[in-house]
Amino acid sequence: MKKLGIGLILVVAVTLLVFSLLYMMPGNPIDIMTDRKVSAEKRAEMVHQYGFDQPLHVQYVRWMKKIILDQDFGQSVRYKVPVWNLMRDRIPRSVKLCGWSLLIEMLLALPLGLLAAIKKDSFYDRFSVNFTLMLTSMPSFWLGALLILIFAVGLKWFPISGFESARNYVLPVAALTAGSLAGTLRLTRAEVLEVLNEKYVTTALAKGLPYERVMFKHVLRNALIMVTVSVFMSLPWLISGAVVTEKIFGIPGMGNLLLNSIVVQDFPVVQAVLLLIAILTVICNLLSDIVIAILDPRIRIAIGGGDK
Amino acid sequence: MSSKSKETLHACLHNVNFMIGFFMLLSVVLVAIFADKLAPSGYTDFVDNAFLSPSQSHWFGTDELGRDVLSRVIYGTRITLKVAILGASLELIIGVVVGLSCGYFGGAIDHVFTFLTDLTWCIPGTILALAVVTLIGKSLTNSVIAIAMVCWASYARPIRAKTMSLKTMAFVETGKAFGESSAALMFRYILPNVIPSLIVMVSTTLPGTILSTTTLSFLGMGSQAPSPDWGLNLSKGMDYIGSAPWLSIFPGIALVYTVLGFSLLGEGIRDILDPHLKSQ
Amino acid sequence: MSEELLRLENLSIDYKVKGGYLSAVNDVNLSVHRGEILAVVGESGCGKSTIAHAIMNLLPGGNEEIEGKIIFKGEDLRTYSRRQMEAIRGKNIGMIFQNPLDSLNPVYKTGKQVEEAILLDGIDRVQAWNKVLELYKDVKMPDAEVRANSFPHELSGGMRQRVMIAMMLSRNPELLIADEPTTALDVTIEAQILEIIKDLKKTYDTAIMLITHNFGLVAEVADKIAVMYAGEVIEYGDVYEIFEKPLHPYTTLLMKALPRKTKHEGRLQTIDGNVPRIMDKKPGCRFANRCPYAMDQCKDVTPPEVFVSEEHKCRCFLMEEGKEAEA
Repeated sequence: MKKLGIGLILVVAVTLLVFSLLYMMPGNPIDIMTDRKVSAEKRAEMVHQYGFDQPLHVQYVRWMKKIILDQDFGQSVRYKVPVWNLMRDRIPRSVKLCGWSLLIEMLLALPLGLLAAIKKDSFYDRFSVNFTLMLTSMPSFWLGALLILIFAVGLKWFPISGFESARNYVLPVAALTAGSLAGTLRLTRAEVLEVLNEKYVTTALAKGLPYERVMFKHVLRNALIMVTVSVFMSLPWLISGAVVTEKIFGIPGMGNLLLNSIVVQDFPVVQAVLLLIAILTVICNLLSDIVIAILDPRIRIAIGGGDK
Repeated sequence: MSSKSKETLHACLHNVNFMIGFFMLLSVVLVAIFADKLAPSGYTDFVDNAFLSPSQSHWFGTDELGRDVLSRVIYGTRITLKVAILGASLELIIGVVVGLSCGYFGGAIDHVFTFLTDLTWCIPGTILALAVVTLIGKSLTNSVIAIAMVCWASYARPIRAKTMSLKTMAFVETGKAFGESSAALMFRYILPNVIPSLIVMVSTTLPGTILSTTTLSFLGMGSQAPSPDWGLNLSKGMDYIGSAPWLSIFPGIALVYTVLGFSLLGEGIRDILDPHLKSQ
Repeated sequence: MSEELLRLENLSIDYKVKGGYLSAVNDVNLSVHRGEILAVVGESGCGKSTIAHAIMNLLPGGNEEIEGKIIFKGEDLRTYSRRQMEAIRGKNIGMIFQNPLDSLNPVYKTGKQVEEAILLDGIDRVQAWNKVLELYKDVKMPDAEVRANSFPHELSGGMRQRVMIAMMLSRNPELLIADEPTTALDVTIEAQILEIIKDLKKTYDTAIMLITHNFGLVAEVADKIAVMYAGEVIEYGDVYEIFEKPLHPYTTLLMKALPRKTKHEGRLQTIDGNVPRIMDKKPGCRFANRCPYAMDQCKDVTPPEVFVSEEHKCRCFLMEEGKEAEA
């Protein structure tokens, strides 16, 4: 419950932060939104229409109210359409990109990390440790460029850019996965190594369970607790990575929308995208607390006990 | 004292990561210093036709405006080192000021620190940095500042922890008993003992700072044309990746090489200094 | 005498450490017979736990070198494959560990962890669960059903040790290795756990290898004693015999260090010095530097194991002389 309270406070704080972004800009918001040709009367009318003549807290409440009640994020200055209309088509593309890469990351990182830990100091272990170190030293855009060079330009297996077919998503998903894969693999390895030292692993072996069963049922299950939490916590990083990936591969998702809007100073759009991402992050953090409670009975008791 | 520095030197010489990283960075620094002598031409000189593939006269080929890619990569080292120096000093300042005061005073300041940390972490790093750049304007220096504003908590955190543990130690208590002022306690008693933590913090976060700054440049929010910034060049090169891949390959390799150097050096320094930290 | 279950032959275990080999166990010869309780006694770090883990082939792995034979029912376990070892563990040889606090997996209910072992024998779930509850009653667990549905952290140390015992007895092993089973527990709980172990031995005719540093405990439950010092068994024999007539100077000193109600008052005796870490095997008695009777030859020649009687052996030059004198 306490966590939920903090989460709510954070959401409010974040919305305030994003809201005030517009006012932290040098110059008048109307100046930013319009060009110099617009007449003074028209400007005054806009000031009133957007509510800029109201006190800030009134404007904030009005802004939040519209978002919550009508999904009204305001008008895009550049495209002259509601911001929500712009986001509606782009959100699924970004979600598709992030979702697939999250799934593939988990499917690869867990078994590979487990294997690296079990075969500690073997050739495979050294290889995966060094390989992942290399991956983390690479900026995601360089990784994307490499994938394009090898698989699109060189081997011509996949198109360079686009977003229409599944084939278009292979390289972007691979590029986005690679970065987070390295981190999760290393964490899984470290966690498994720690769990392997636990007495209960010896107990499980001593009662006669086959080695593989012990590894999956006892070792991986316990290592998963921290790994899952970290994956949830790293979701914002995935979203950051998606911005870069969308730019490299020319996928018109939320990331590209944000970048383009910053370039043309389309503030209502920037605000809306930031707000969505921030709220998503807070939700992920809360979810990670719930997930840890589900996975770890010791914490479940602690949280349950705290409520009473 | 000299025996201790000798011991540290010995540890450095025997740390593989440290030595490899050190020589990699040394090469980058040398290239940056002697860029004028090494580069065949200036980074803005239009020396030949556009899109010439790598050859005897242009080892790395020429770009879309007919500039020598090798020269631009060579001058790019200066940009990266500028980012490194600027980033490291910002990290040091934030680490010392925020970390030391939060750790030393605790209480309300520390609560504010924790809340702001949580708040900063509500928005993914790159995206918050983008927002900051939007506010303060697009330039290389601003992008480093933006990264520092995003990551400030991770610079301050280890210093804060170290300060907290030092605060309760006998020699600080003694200083307090002698009536030393808070400032004196913080800077004369605690700071010298925090220095190893500071070095470790900076050397391990610096690769990330360089990567993030280059990412901003890649996204068009950092260095602006005609800067030889590797991130910016790579981004331009992506437009021609099908026909002239050398535009993106070479800046990319230079960047990975440099960041790897910083990472190895950072890991080496942490390995060397951490046992000292633990034994204290 | 009943059938011999386990025999260790010239068992030596060395740990590869920085700068050489650490001799953890040296030339150990022991046997355990069906239905008997053998206590392996010694100060911490004397190698008794290493032996226990070696029998189960559960040493941490990677940096130890083992010599000698571990013969279980006539077959050398050291020649067994991983699969064969897995079939032996739990089914033929069970093991209870020192610290019940972290010997159970924190994320599964205790009953499920016991059931997991029972299911290995191809019993269906309902029967297996009933067996769990039965076992919980056997180990005198209060509120068996509730405890079986509890997570380990919800149970006390004593209850967790009961779970461990239930788990390890669930498949009726012929040999149970109990590695310091009561060290982490209160004295009252300790007594209860020992009662349970003794009962189980009677009911199931299980042989027990009890590893402990507590001589008092040994006196209560053991049939045979093996005293270990710095990786070697320095004296072995029947519990009454050793308590009546300890032969090795180390055993004698340990006896004197025991608080006894019946004997006259006086200060408890302590043994000066520490158990040495034997880095490289040199000949000589490992107790020589602390031994009040040390002679010149003790430092340079390894004393052989001498059988004083059929069931009582000792590793000391004093015995050799004594034997000669008797002859």
